[in-house]
Amino acid sequence: MPGTIVDDVELIDAGHGGGTPPPAGGDDDGDSSGSRRPVPRRAYFTALQLGLAAIVMFFMALASSYIVRKGLGVDWQTTPLPRVLWFNTAILLASSATIIVARKKLEGGEREAFRTWWWVTTGLGLLFLAGQIIAWRQLAAAGMLLATNPSSSFFYLLTAAHGAHLAGGILALIYVTFRPWSRSRITQSTAAELTSIYWHFMDGLWIFLFALLTLGR
Amino acid sequence: MVTHENGGGHGQHQPPSGFIRKYIFSIDHKVIGIQYICLALFSVFLGMGLSLLMRLHLAWPTTHWFFFKGGLMTPEQYLALVTMHGTIMIFMVLTTAPQSGFGNYFLPIQIGAADMAFPVINMLSFWTTFLSLVVMVSAFFVAAGAPIGGWTSYPPLSALGESAGPGQGAGETLWIVGLAIFCAASLMGALNFITTLIDLRAKGMTLGRLPLTCWTWLVTAILGLLAFGVLLAACILLLLDRVAGTSFFIPTGLVITDQVITWHKGGSPLLWQHLFWFFGHPEVYIAILPGMGVTSHVLATFARKPVFGYRAMVGAVCGIGFLGFCVWGHHMFVSGMSPYSAFAFSILTMTIGVPSAIKTFNWLGTLWGGKIQFTCAMLFALGFVSLFVSGGLSGLFLAQPSLDLYLHDTYFVIAHFHLIMGVAAIFGMFAGAYFWFPKMFGRFLNEGIGKVHFWLTFIGVYWIFMPMHFLGLAGHPRRYFDSSAVTFLQKLQPVHVFITIGAILTISAQLLFLYNVIWSLFAGKEAKEENPWHATTLEWSIPSPPPHDNFGGLEPVVYHGPYEFSVPGAADDYIPQHLAPNLVRKA
Repeated sequence: MPGTIVDDVELIDAGHGGGTPPPAGGDDDGDSSGSRRPVPRRAYFTALQLGLAAIVMFFMALASSYIVRKGLGVDWQTTPLPRVLWFNTAILLASSATIIVARKKLEGGEREAFRTWWWVTTGLGLLFLAGQIIAWRQLAAAGMLLATNPSSSFFYLLTAAHGAHLAGGILALIYVTFRPWSRSRITQSTAAELTSIYWHFMDGLWIFLFALLTLGR
Repeated sequence: MVTHENGGGHGQHQPPSGFIRKYIFSIDHKVIGIQYICLALFSVFLGMGLSLLMRLHLAWPTTHWFFFKGGLMTPEQYLALVTMHGTIMIFMVLTTAPQSGFGNYFLPIQIGAADMAFPVINMLSFWTTFLSLVVMVSAFFVAAGAPIGGWTSYPPLSALGESAGPGQGAGETLWIVGLAIFCAASLMGALNFITTLIDLRAKGMTLGRLPLTCWTWLVTAILGLLAFGVLLAACILLLLDRVAGTSFFIPTGLVITDQVITWHKGGSPLLWQHLFWFFGHPEVYIAILPGMGVTSHVLATFARKPVFGYRAMVGAVCGIGFLGFCVWGHHMFVSGMSPYSAFAFSILTMTIGVPSAIKTFNWLGTLWGGKIQFTCAMLFALGFVSLFVSGGLSGLFLAQPSLDLYLHDTYFVIAHFHLIMGVAAIFGMFAGAYFWFPKMFGRFLNEGIGKVHFWLTFIGVYWIFMPMHFLGLAGHPRRYFDSSAVTFLQKLQPVHVFITIGAILTISAQLLFLYNVIWSLFAGKEAKEENPWHATTLEWSIPSPPPHDNFGGLEPVVYHGPYEFSVPGAADDYIPQHLAPNLVRKA
């Protein structure tokens, strides 16, 4: 890159690749002390997408291991999947629908309706987790424990890993409801949008894992 | 300070006043960067201490040393030293200092930001790393000692518990848990780095104006983001094999110390190798890429020339990052993989020679015809280029499956990866340390001591690692506790003595560096001006050390590329990135 004399160097306008000046009153990541610097709203979406990419890599590693381990074949016994999983899947799909409704209500300024639908989503999320635990108990009652067979090992591992990530989503849902947004530098709407993206992702991830466990048995 | 705009209506922020918020649980990226560097400094001296014990034993295996119970090292202790030296050096030094340490400190400043995008996550990332170090080092203090499986911790031996060796009990469990915690810390860090670089760049800081240091920190963070999740998954599987009785990695019919393992069956040790090296090879670039960035930066500054082929350098960094995910199989040539797979991995591995050669060519092109100033930072950057070439060339040998079959488990590999990944990366860090110390602390490191440090270290590392190539070619296996007990290795024993003398010299030279750091912090020459090296990037536009929020509540505006040195028609031989066009003096 040869050096250039400055007369022909143009100032690049904000927004053209270079970061735009952050809006006054952006947000921080949890500290509301007021001594923190603003961060543009889009940074939260960037970070979320990056976080999801890391989660994809984690689950792809587990899914690849599942396929490789199954391919070895010698001692793989199909784990009968409890029927409650279908019910759980329906619950989770329903929660994705309710979170969409909740966000629409928030955008429409119907705060009470938003709270109601948001709580319904949270409740469905908790119901899903409870359903997964029921599935575990049914499998355990049928004698399929974590170490019984590689197939059951993967079942418990994949459902637990997904459940842990979903539990994080539930905490985010509760946080969005309880955080005093008047004192915050991020709007509740942005927080709700971020949470809903994560929630839909958890939904899609479960569909993938359920398909892997069902079709890849 | 010039041409800073007041933007967005947010003014200067006051630093926290309490000691704990200011220095311990700080959310200031500069303090966190220094915390990471301190963690790495502690770790590097610990890791070097462990290697010194190994070297003393290898050179004089029958000599009694007061620091071993009974005076002599046991084979298990030797393997524990091998494991912990590798683990601590790779994770706590090579992953931590170049990226999390220097990157944390300088990435926000070089792009014109007041801090990282998520300061609290940044703080959590450091303290999680610290916790990981504590958990790993605690493996030394459990009853049976530290793990003995090497930094790669191959199953089945690493998955079986104490029956596979004393350190494979609680020590190995702590190792895995520590590593899993480290994965979480690295993921948080990577996420913060990428977001900061994408969304917090100052006005005018286009991608084409990013310093190459920032490009390498970005690509390194992407590698970390995509690789550490895989290692975390592998750690969980290995932990379950150990504590929950599963059989992911443990095969059928295994016999360990005359005992047939019946409670595990059907697993695949190779599965771990695939998962581990899918992480492990990008990890090599996580260690070396920031060093490449610092080297490019320092070479341009002290050759008073623009980086030759800036765009090619960016392309090479991205190319190396991408190819890093395609070559993990070259660590597994001896695993019995299909020759077709080995062929593919071999070709892909040698392809990395192309971007590597571009980088080397461009470094030399940057130096060519420059007015070179041999500061300590410059010497270490030149040392980096030398070590990168020396260590890289042996990589082409190892990339051939047929040659690797012979060389794989020999000292040749030790020589290769220490030169290119270990020592070259550390030279990059030294270059960064001598270059940025005046900015960080307002005082220079002593150049005289620094030059002695450079020459002793430069000669020392070649002294240690060049003979190891010949040990490897002579067939000397790695990880042997006592080569004097093996007939065909006995004639090589003087080489071990020679290497150990080099190691003592090199380690002593690092004490000189430590002394230089401590002495210079209090009594070093003051860096009175903001830009003592006459460099171009934004960190040199603010006071030394930088104020709490870097730019005093203002937002810098960038008008120039990162390496505008010796621009024809300009009066000065450098044009800072933030200097408004009308303020540039013409010749």
